Amino acid sequence: MIDRLAGLPGLDNPLLWILALPLGAAGFLAVIRDWRVASWVNVAASALTFAASLVLLRVRPVPTKLFFIDDFNVYLVVLTAFVGLTTAVFSAAYIARESEGNRLSDLHLRFYHAMYQAFLFTMLLALSANNTGVMWVAVEAATLTTVLMVSLYRTREAIEAAWKYFILCSVGIGLALFGTILVYLAAQPVMGDGADSMAWTEMMRRAAEFQPDLLNLAFVFVLVGYGTKVGLAPLHAWLPDAHAEGPTPISAVLSGLLLNVALYALLRFKMLLSANGHTLSPGPLLVVMGLSSLFLSAFMLYRRGDIKRLFAYSSIEHMGLITFAFGMGGPLANFAGLLHMTMHSLTKSAIFFAVGIIAQNEGTKRIADIRGLTVSHPLLGWGFVLAVLAIAGLPPMGVFMSEFLVLGSTFAREPLLALPLAIALLLAFAALISRLQMMAFGEPPPRSAAQSSAGRVSGILALTPLWLHMALVLVAGLYLPAPLVAWFHTVARMLG
Amino acid sequence: MGAGQISYDVAHLIGATVLMAGLQLLYQRRLFAVINTFAFQALALAAAAGWQAHVQDAPHLYVTAGIALVFKAMIVPFALHWLIEKLGIHRSVETAMSIGWTMMAGVALVALSILLVLPVTANAAALTRESLALAMSVVLIGLLMMITRRNAVTQVVGFMALENGLILAAVSAKGMPLVVEISVAFSVLVAMTLFGIFFFRIRERFDTLDINDVETYRGDRQ
Repeated sequence: MIDRLAGLPGLDNPLLWILALPLGAAGFLAVIRDWRVASWVNVAASALTFAASLVLLRVRPVPTKLFFIDDFNVYLVVLTAFVGLTTAVFSAAYIARESEGNRLSDLHLRFYHAMYQAFLFTMLLALSANNTGVMWVAVEAATLTTVLMVSLYRTREAIEAAWKYFILCSVGIGLALFGTILVYLAAQPVMGDGADSMAWTEMMRRAAEFQPDLLNLAFVFVLVGYGTKVGLAPLHAWLPDAHAEGPTPISAVLSGLLLNVALYALLRFKMLLSANGHTLSPGPLLVVMGLSSLFLSAFMLYRRGDIKRLFAYSSIEHMGLITFAFGMGGPLANFAGLLHMTMHSLTKSAIFFAVGIIAQNEGTKRIADIRGLTVSHPLLGWGFVLAVLAIAGLPPMGVFMSEFLVLGSTFAREPLLALPLAIALLLAFAALISRLQMMAFGEPPPRSAAQSSAGRVSGILALTPLWLHMALVLVAGLYLPAPLVAWFHTVARMLG
Repeated sequence: MGAGQISYDVAHLIGATVLMAGLQLLYQRRLFAVINTFAFQALALAAAAGWQAHVQDAPHLYVTAGIALVFKAMIVPFALHWLIEKLGIHRSVETAMSIGWTMMAGVALVALSILLVLPVTANAAALTRESLALAMSVVLIGLLMMITRRNAVTQVVGFMALENGLILAAVSAKGMPLVVEISVAFSVLVAMTLFGIFFFRIRERFDTLDINDVETYRGDRQ
């Protein structure tokens, strides 16, 4: 037992605060009755977590048996805490407007806020875990909390979506556990029984001595398992439903954070395989899955009638692109993949912020019923236009830069692969632009003018995170600070 | 060799029993029989975990065995019986694939896992090695059951059978830290309550738990 406690970070360790804050907040929020107070406690807790995560940039805690921070996960921890904070702000405004329509009871809202913090806790736990078992438990818990939030509205569609999400991801998670056990079995003859054989820091050091065949088998299970959660085709079926039917802040964190965390888990295992050196190369597997996700979603984008579903497919597309980049490997492609993970996270959550307000304003999620957003709500409409142009990959946004890097490095090394990649990207681009044109321009339907006067203050509040994210993406596209670039390069080399 | 041989044989006997129960799950036609078979599988799993605890001299595995015995072999089947009666769920198993073909696929999966696992684990202890092949078969059969059965209840049982296979693998892996087993068992508990809520909600809205009916709505009306 003492041995187990030794794995916990000490009080002076920022990691303790990063993990304890959301966990404590989840418990606290479960007992707050007033949802107005709760939504601000939610923001405050997320802000404190973000502040604690910033400390990690300066102080690198010593790895313990259970937790560690290295160059790779530190940026994801900070990104997760940041998007968690902005989404909490958006959520406060969203919930305020949602409860005007009485769509959610007080009990549901209490539950929602508690689950939001619990979800953030599981994400941060998965990112900072030094133990493959702990990481697995965290991803499993993340699935449970999000299932509960997806089913929040209790409509027929929401229940179907949650059920599908739950069944598919539970199976995925189950297979990932089997892969995790196999990795332990590969490590155990070399490093002996116990927690060391599950610790990333220890395993990476001696990976070369592991038995390669066993690692191969393990990686297949891990790829299918965590790949389900990343939403890679053909394991993506849960993703559009879960994004479309839950409350919009949840769609934002699902796309912006959960997919990244699942991919992070996958990449850690890939690093283990690379460190071993005698296994099959994981790259081609990732390239094939990435490319098939890209193509599938590029075509699926054309037939969407539901705005949230449209952008859910766009998330599959971008996760496919990122997986492709890491599959290609090498310093440049890895750099592009890391950058794209960040850019997609920021842009896609911004899009969902906009979509949430649009759906509330217009009272519909049907693309065909949404018209003239830039005319009826200029600040919202242009923010939305900017975000969609960014995600479609138009310069000078950050997404363009990372997409260009992926494409460029592929052209340099495997020109034959670059061709389908370019085609898929163009297909997706055209689909998004045509939808955007329909929604953003033209004559707005007459009723929206009357509705827009309601909740103006919460409207401004809801728009802040959107514009903040877009500003970051724009700045990243124009200028990346040199330390950040150097740092991305270090991580890219780590990934092999 | 004597004592080692016996521990080896008993572990395989129990592991094989878990696998047999998995195959048995595939040909049940009544819902209650499915649940009873699952309870039997969980019982065998508890025995496997208990035996591993004894052989590996790892007392924490007794906890895993206890959880399998009390929670999976008793509480879960009881709760499922209760749910079925309470909700008046249709009591025969609806298959998406004929039982004969399912059985053949099941046997093929067992062969596949043996062919996959044995060559790659040449370095591992023999005890771990073959248990792992058995565990992987159980996992794949659970997966097969989820794919080929239509009712929500049988899918859930398929999922729990899959988890049984995972726990069998985890207890057979020598010296695997406790963290994992307890959390696995715990997440099953959480998952189960979740299922319960789901059932009620689905029951509120639909007349059937048949997944096919739930999925008539594809969610993307043009």
